Amino acid sequence: MSISKTLIIMPAFNESSSISKVLEEIKANALGIDVLVVDDGSSDDTSAIANTYAVSVLTLPYNLGVGGAMRAGFRYARALNYSSVVQLDSDGQHDPKYIPDLLGALNSADIVIGARFAGTGTYSVSGPRKWAMKTLSAALSVVCKTKLTDTTSGFKAMGPKALKLFAQNYPAEYLGDTVEALVIASRAHLSISQVPVEMRLRSGGEPSQSPLRSMVYLGRAFMALLVGLSKKSKRI
Amino acid sequence: MNFLYFLTIATSVAVFVLIVQMLRKEKLKERHAFWWLGASLVSVVFSIFPQVLASISGSLGFGVPSNFLFFASIVVLFLVALQTSTELTKLEENSRTLAEQHAMLQLRIQKLEEQSFPRDQ
Repeated sequence: MSISKTLIIMPAFNESSSISKVLEEIKANALGIDVLVVDDGSSDDTSAIANTYAVSVLTLPYNLGVGGAMRAGFRYARALNYSSVVQLDSDGQHDPKYIPDLLGALNSADIVIGARFAGTGTYSVSGPRKWAMKTLSAALSVVCKTKLTDTTSGFKAMGPKALKLFAQNYPAEYLGDTVEALVIASRAHLSISQVPVEMRLRSGGEPSQSPLRSMVYLGRAFMALLVGLSKKSKRI
Repeated sequence: MNFLYFLTIATSVAVFVLIVQMLRKEKLKERHAFWWLGASLVSVVFSIFPQVLASISGSLGFGVPSNFLFFASIVVLFLVALQTSTELTKLEENSRTLAEQHAMLQLRIQKLEEQSFPRDQ
């Protein structure tokens, strides 16, 4: 086997306004890590913009959702013998400078989550949505047997075992790629940890704060949690 | 023998013929036609011999034969809907896998082309 090869996977759905900024940032950080942009059926020129950089672009024929884009990325990574991957959003919310931190923590865990609310950064969510997220994190901390503060973060690093598992099983449903994926991983006896990161506001603005939508969000999250728990545990 | 008697026979036979026709024209696969075919066949029998329906529903303890008919129809419709949903799930997974493979092959072709015919810059 070759030495550890890492791939950055960037799921992108109509991100033509922000993707070049993120790709520039990755280049500026001089990480020397291969990048794969998964264009999730965008109708804008996300693929064309990404193709002007020294990255690989996987263009899905139609929208599959973040989970769908990520599984395609995991399969690509497996096919090209990468041993670990980092998921980085294309909307500029995640700062590539934390990638070495995530990869460093991968030495002692199978999955590392870049988490808000873990000390670093000023990103704050308030009101009902905050309580929804806290409840969810508390529940998932119990399931995963480790303290997690930001279970819906899309900024994650995954080692060889997680890569193998997720290339086979990665839900495409809403919240399936975050909540349910963590349940699947913990039930397959993978270790999960988190490192604190600072996140920026999405260019798309803040998520809704209304109590009703927070309730719906929490309901769907627990649905994803229960579905994950009810599935037969996967072998790697 | 009243008008209603012949109307129910005509309807159930028409439905049965329709399903068989769809099967013959390959607009419906056997796997999906199974429940429809069974239900329409049973309704043909019941419409010609209503006493069969009455005796079955009576022996099962239904007070009114039509209640038994409603119950049986709901069960059949439920099973058909459930089967459709599982088929849909399978098809979604299949199309997801196809989309992934399509994208990966496209990327491979793109890379091969770049190797074989490098853009002059």
